[in-house]
Amino acid sequence: MILTELSVDAGDLERRTGWAVRPEGACKGEVCVPLPSDADVGQGRIDVGVLAERLAMPLVRDEDTSLWAIGPESGVTGHALTTARVPEIVLPDLDGIEVSISSLRGQKVLLVAWASW
Amino acid sequence: MWQEVRQELHPKGLEIVTVALDTGGPEAARRWIEAANPEHPSLLDPAHVLDELLGVVNVPTGAWIDEEGVLVRPVEPAFPGRSPATDIFAKVDIDSLPPEMAEMLAEARKIKSDPPAYRAALVDWVERGADSAWALTPDEVVRRSAPRGLDEARAAAEFELGQHLHRQGRPEAAIPHFKQAHRLQPDNWTYRREAWNLVSPGNQGPNGVYDSCWIEDIKAIGAENYYPPLVR
Repeated sequence: MILTELSVDAGDLERRTGWAVRPEGACKGEVCVPLPSDADVGQGRIDVGVLAERLAMPLVRDEDTSLWAIGPESGVTGHALTTARVPEIVLPDLDGIEVSISSLRGQKVLLVAWASW
Repeated sequence: MWQEVRQELHPKGLEIVTVALDTGGPEAARRWIEAANPEHPSLLDPAHVLDELLGVVNVPTGAWIDEEGVLVRPVEPAFPGRSPATDIFAKVDIDSLPPEMAEMLAEARKIKSDPPAYRAALVDWVERGADSAWALTPDEVVRRSAPRGLDEARAAAEFELGQHLHRQGRPEAAIPHFKQAHRLQPDNWTYRREAWNLVSPGNQGPNGVYDSCWIEDIKAIGAENYYPPLVR
């Protein structure tokens, strides 16, 4: 997730990473990791340094542009998946129309990744 | 290709969603999608969000999601019953090719995949649901997803910065971040193949920017290890 500062809007965090900030901590599916009270920096924003530490999410910086990227969690299961529950995935089609994978609930879904290269 | 599978299995309750991991965005993927003209959602993922969220490390790969939104198989190589690339590789007269292409073809022919077996497994799951021997428990799905320690997570962050800078019109600034991603997660082919393609679209050969290219890298791991086998 690309960041311009070291706090993040909780809604943006959930949309991009699947991690929702709740009273019990940061949660993805059935998995919750407690957060210290100072993780909440007010106005719906979360301290990125605290998230990075608690979820073992690496922070990388591009010096020239002063941009940060926070990577995915690595400290919960040791695998790409923290839970088998699919996080919200919303991606655009060729016309820019956004499609949510969760809109397909009730059907089985085969999600295929391919590339032109 | 997936459209054929979709026509057969959509009446039985399967939807297919194809996602193009192309930092080039709609312009990179458009001609392929328009040629296939699918009835199913065909989406774009220029930032490789699926690498991060699901552990995609190569293409084509697929994940199975049940009616409740729970994965029953994590991402793994996925083929629509046949592989046109493999069919073409088998037919080409290797002696008629220039040496570099002949070498690539020889390696490509060693890549192991079993498209009919994948399709049969998919049909079994669509028809039998959780009773299919191919449907895994949630714990097993997590356990079989790609390993991720701090290095692999950092690779994702470096790759995201790289593709972001590239799309902002700063391709030179993107390169060091792509190189870091390659170093940190060497088994992620999408990071390398995307970066080579951005140097020279359509070309996976030596490129003068990265000290890696498809032929050297696949020889290093052994082409027969390019895709893991389908395991029930």
